[in-house]
This record gives sequence, structure tokens and C-alpha cells, in this order.
Amino acid sequence: MNRRGELILIAFSWCCTLLLTAAVGTLLLFLLRRGLSAFDMALFFGDTAPLDALLLRRPVFDGLFPALFGTVVLVFLAVACAIPVGLAAGIYLAEYAAPAPKRLLNLLFDVLAGIPSIVIGLAGFALAIVLHRTFSGRIGPCLLLSALSLAFLVLPYLIRSTQNTLEAVDPVTRRTALALGASKLQNILYVLLPNRMADLTGGIILAVGRCAEDTAVIMLTGVVASAGIPDSLLRQYEALPFYIYYISSQYSGPDELERGFAAALVLLFLCTALFLLAFLAQRRLKERLFYR
Amino acid sequence: MAILSRTLERLFFLAAAGSALLTAALFLLLVHLALPLFEQGGLLALLRSPWDPGAGLYGIYPMVVGSLSIAFLALLIGFPLSLGGAFFITTFAPLPLRRPLLNLVRLLTGIPTVVYSFAALFLLVPFMREHLTGGAGLNILSAALMLALLIAPTMIIFFVDAIRRVPSSYTQAAAALGGSPAQRLVYIALPLAWPGILNGLLLALGRAMGDTMISLMIAGNAVAAPESVTDGARTLTAHIALVIAADVSSLEFQSIFACGILLYLFTAILVLTLRLLGRLPERHTG
Repeated sequence: MNRRGELILIAFSWCCTLLLTAAVGTLLLFLLRRGLSAFDMALFFGDTAPLDALLLRRPVFDGLFPALFGTVVLVFLAVACAIPVGLAAGIYLAEYAAPAPKRLLNLLFDVLAGIPSIVIGLAGFALAIVLHRTFSGRIGPCLLLSALSLAFLVLPYLIRSTQNTLEAVDPVTRRTALALGASKLQNILYVLLPNRMADLTGGIILAVGRCAEDTAVIMLTGVVASAGIPDSLLRQYEALPFYIYYISSQYSGPDELERGFAAALVLLFLCTALFLLAFLAQRRLKERLFYR
Repeated sequence: MAILSRTLERLFFLAAAGSALLTAALFLLLVHLALPLFEQGGLLALLRSPWDPGAGLYGIYPMVVGSLSIAFLALLIGFPLSLGGAFFITTFAPLPLRRPLLNLVRLLTGIPTVVYSFAALFLLVPFMREHLTGGAGLNILSAALMLALLIAPTMIIFFVDAIRRVPSSYTQAAAALGGSPAQRLVYIALPLAWPGILNGLLLALGRAMGDTMISLMIAGNAVAAPESVTDGARTLTAHIALVIAADVSSLEFQSIFACGILLYLFTAILVLTLRLLGRLPERHTG
């Protein structure tokens, strides 16, 4: 390669990087500029006193609080369902599975991880139809259905991160407790998992972020534009990502649009914060475990 | 204690087997609900006919074309950009900049799609409308541009990883013979890293085909098959989101399960391809 070819390649790399940075930067700055002006207490709580809203004493009509509340409950439920199953399946894959079933399971979980989230949502919706037909009851799209669908969506990530984490334990650590007479299960529970707490936590926080941002699953399984605070798991609910989508197509005036921008900023901050938390958790816990 | 550990170990197995069964059951559920539609002429007939509920036609040909054109255009735009970005991070960026840049790229993978789409809807779309394409600005090009931006971080991470996995003994040997950084990249690293790069490209394709919010919000959702990149289009994913409100027992509604089956099959084929790719002889285990 002559000198000119090299220069062209270097210029190309610089241009690509600058172009990508500029594009993302422009979008984010645009969001910040439009969204920050609407940031105040009224954005979250409307005309209701913040304390009354937080204690669920009075409903909030003109604020993000119900959507934020819905998202938090939804994410909590989904992750609480997904963690035990994901950890258990990950442990099985890493420590117990024989080669042949392991290959099949790996393949299926790879497929599951790749299925578009809207298809997971569709499956949740289909399940609601089937349940409705079978029991002819009033089981429709609701908070519980959304949480279960979301749990299914993040399950492959949790399985994969648990499995990779366990398989990455170095052989010496892996064998020490076994040599001292610990059973296989004791080794997993008291040595391998605690040893890798940092990576496990990081994987879980990333799963939380994935639940918080997903729109496609919930719009098929029970989220609505205005429902207030749901009083049961079988009710419809509001959520932040759906609110943003809804405003983008149905806003009735500049004020509502402003709130849409602010909501987008809130979600952006939330996901960025979760990401940084995962990053720091991995680093901090790694250090602590190293010096222990 | 023995009973307890036996139970726990059995639970581990049940969790794995149950999750796997659910993955398979999901497909069967979709097929079961699309069955009435297949009695009308099968999946292939659906794939060929247009969408015109008024005339009793519930084909998903326009959505297949929409999905494929948006995804491939996004790859066409995003691939060179990501490759350039990966070159920059691995080879040409000033040393102190490389690690922060890669962390920034990782952070970008976490930005919610709906936030990207929202910003694009009020920034990129008006720009398209007034300066480039005219019309509503909601078209394949807008969606593909945003999608390219969405999948670029994923691609960059995979490309950087692939380039960095090339054993340093190779590149150092080339450096000792007087090879410049650019020469080492082009003649040593790239020929060895291409399976990893292809891997990243295919995963990005999956991400692009599976995205819902960007195509739903800025591709225009037109039901006619698009003829140029400035036409609006509807993707398979957006079609599912849009028709879900229809009457549950109608054929129109059942067409979304056909879309679901297609997307599922596409994912499965993609994963199998990646598997076969992984079997390729690793050439750089020096």
C-alpha cells in the first residue's frame, strides 16, 4: 500500500468517527435543548402536591408520575421473575449440562435472544387470547402479562451472562473447594457465584435497563396512554417509553410536545444511569474481591 | 441436606429445560394462531400477494419488501461507517482517546430506541421534508439512516473485538519488518479478523430486521410496496404493532401471526448461519 492509500484510509477512519459522533451528538443536544426547559416538579406531578402523589394519596393527571411508577413496578416484576430462572438455567448450562443437550440449549437460547421484541410481545398477546378462550374469564392484556413477557425477553441475556461468568472462573479457584471435600453444589453456591458477584450484578443491571427501555413488548401486552396508578396486577398501566411514543403521534399542542421531550430525556437519563451503574459495579466489586 | 441439594439441582435443570421449551412453544403458538390464514393458501401465497383488506387480500409482500429494504439500506450506510470507527479506535486514534471512545460506544448501545426515534421524528424528518426528499419526510431513507446510527455501536464493538483478537505476535512481526500501522491493519489484521467482522455484520442485520420503534415512527407505514428510498414503507414489525388493535377473529388480525412466524424463522436461520460460521477453522490460533 502506497503512502496515498494509507492517507486515504486514515482520513476515512477520522471522517467515519467524526460523522457518527456528530450525528449522535446533534440528536442528543437537540433533545437536551428542547427537553430541559420543561423540567420542573410540575412535569412529574402536574398540579398534585408531590408528597401526596408519592404516597399514592391523590392521583396525578398531568404529569409523568404514573408512567414512571408503571415503569418501575414493571421492571421490578419482570426482573424478579427472570433472575431466579435465568440464574438457575445459566448454572445448569455451565456446570451440569452434558455436551449434546448443552449444544441444543445454547442454540435455542441464541434464537430466543435474537427474536425481535415485538414477536415476544405478540406471543404474550397470543397467550392472553388463548387464556381468554380457555377460561372465558377476564384475563386480558395487563401489568402481569407485560412483566412476564418482559421477563421472557431478558431471560436469554441473564442465562448467557450467568453461564459465561461461571465458565470464566479460573481452574484453580474452581478446584480448591472441591479438593477440600465440598460437594459440587456447595462449590457453586459458596465459591463460584460469590467469586463472580461483580459480573453477575453487572448482567442484572443491564437486564434492568433493557426492561426499562423496551416499548414493543409492552405496547402489545397492556400499556395504555392513561390509566393512572394500577391497583392490581391484572390492570392496564402507563409506562415511560410508551408515553414517549404516544406523545410523538398524538400530541395536541406545544405544551404536550415539550413534556414528550422531557419524558424522552428522563428515560435517556435513567438508562444512562443504569448503564454507568453496571459499569461501576463491575469495576468496584472486582477491586473489592481482588483485595479480600 | 442431600435432599435439598438434589432438589436444587433438579430445579436448575427444570429452569433450563422450561426456558428452552417455552422458546419452542412460542413458535407453535404463532403457527396455531395463524392456521386459519394458511388454509387460505399457505405462507408462500401470503408472501406474494399485496395488502388490501378492502379486496380481501391480506398478503404481507409489501411488509417483507419494506423490512428488507430498510434493514439492508441501514447496513449499507452503517457498515462502512462502523468499519471506519473500528479502524479509528483500534489503530488511528491517539492512544489516550481509544479507551474512552470504546466506552462511549458501549454507552451508546444502551440508548433507548424510542428516544432515538423521538429525536429523529422532530429533527431528521423535518430536515428530509424541507431539504432532501420532500413529501412527509417519513420514508425508507430516514428510517435507514436512524437504524444505521442505532446498529453502528453494536457493529463497532464486534469489529474492534475481532481486530484486537489477532495475535500481537503477527502484527509485531509485521511492525519489525517496517510495516506502518495502516499496512498492519490492511494486510495482517483484516484478513485474519474477517470471520469476526462478518459475525458482527450478521448480528447487526438481525437487530435491524427486529427493530420496531424506528420503522414504526419514521418509515411512514405505507401499505403499498415501496419503489424508491423516498417512499414510505411498513415493516413486518411495525405491521404487528399497527394491526394489533383490529378485530381478533378477522383474517386481517391473523396476518400478524404470519409476520411473527417470518421474523422467528429469520432469527433461527440467522443463528444457524452464525453457528456454521463459528465452525470455520480458526486461522489465527498461533
